[in-house]
Amino acid sequence: MATIAAVIASTHHPFYLRASTAAGDDRPPFADEWVAKIEAFRETLTRARPDVLVMVGSDHFHQLWLDNMPQFLIGKAPFYDANYYNEEREFGLPRMGLRGDEELSAHLLRGGIDAGFDLAFSNELRVDHSITCPIITLRPQADLPIVPVYTNIFAPPMPQPRRFVELGRTIRALVEAWPSDKRVAIIGTGHLSLELGGPRQFGPHGPDPEFDRKAVEWIASSDLKSALAEVSLDSLWLPGNATHGFMDFMLMMGVAGENARADYTDSLDLFHTMEAYFTWYPEGSR
Amino acid sequence: MSKYLLNKFLYTIDRDPDLVERYRGDPRGTVDWWESERANVILNLPPAERSTWLEFTETERDALGRHDYVALFELGAHTFLLLTLFIALFERDYAEPLAFQREFAQRLGHWTVPYPDIST
Repeated sequence: MATIAAVIASTHHPFYLRASTAAGDDRPPFADEWVAKIEAFRETLTRARPDVLVMVGSDHFHQLWLDNMPQFLIGKAPFYDANYYNEEREFGLPRMGLRGDEELSAHLLRGGIDAGFDLAFSNELRVDHSITCPIITLRPQADLPIVPVYTNIFAPPMPQPRRFVELGRTIRALVEAWPSDKRVAIIGTGHLSLELGGPRQFGPHGPDPEFDRKAVEWIASSDLKSALAEVSLDSLWLPGNATHGFMDFMLMMGVAGENARADYTDSLDLFHTMEAYFTWYPEGSR
Repeated sequence: MSKYLLNKFLYTIDRDPDLVERYRGDPRGTVDWWESERANVILNLPPAERSTWLEFTETERDALGRHDYVALFELGAHTFLLLTLFIALFERDYAEPLAFQREFAQRLGHWTVPYPDIST
């Protein structure tokens, strides 16, 4: 059976590439600290020696649109082109390409549907910065095949937070049951408190530092009981109008397992939104 | 109220560099052209298989035609689409990084949660 080499949860910040490569007067004052934290975080994946990456993210109205919006979707394709004109325009993200692992995609689709998730699938998926940001931060050589898992954290009506957790648990169980000798890292990115297109955007910190403090502790200890007790689809509007991305962190807590303390935790208080990085090494991952 | 159509306008303009420039330079003309020619195009279907029923209200047409992102926010346009397109339209006119984004926030400063519903 496959080995879960690492479980990684992270914020995804589309400005990292530009900040980390800027020089001279264009280089923001926080860039050096940010790069140091990312390089340390990257090492937590490198040392896990993964063969394939399951990448949990969310399309930002690129390929998926309101005329046909899936709640949970898994890509099944031999290749994924990546990034879009408007991400190049706004964030300076380059066009990329990632190989796919169709066998693992098929396994997760079949098993996920049989486990009670009526998953959508895509045989031609262009992924966006929710997938490529963690590639850039954690595996910049972009040399490993991926299985993209998209969630709807963006367009109401969205699935309940508990469904994200349950999907995370299901993905974990399915990967562990995959008849393969490969080492699989499961990586998911979301957000802490975040405001986009509202009055609290682009402030000196995230829009709700108190939520962020609690959320980091929930994730670091995979405290699903507290997170599920406090977080609802309605409550997530309050810390910032784009905070539903926290549900992708809840999915990753489901992957990590209830009350599994992260082996690696770090954060960085930036303008606009807080960065946070977590890695778990499941038993038997070494 | 047709929040879906507002969002469809923002979405289809934002992903086309030529349309971003056209909307920047001639907002009302672009809105009128788009409503007449594009509003009923279903995005993954051939043009002949179009819808027949989508149109803006006068309030929506006016807000789009004036680049009035405060009004669009208040009409329940999707805030991610709104921010992304308006950065593309106007960030270039500001000397300081993020100055447009901060002005955008400040102009919405009279809002506290709950914000207008973005459900479609």
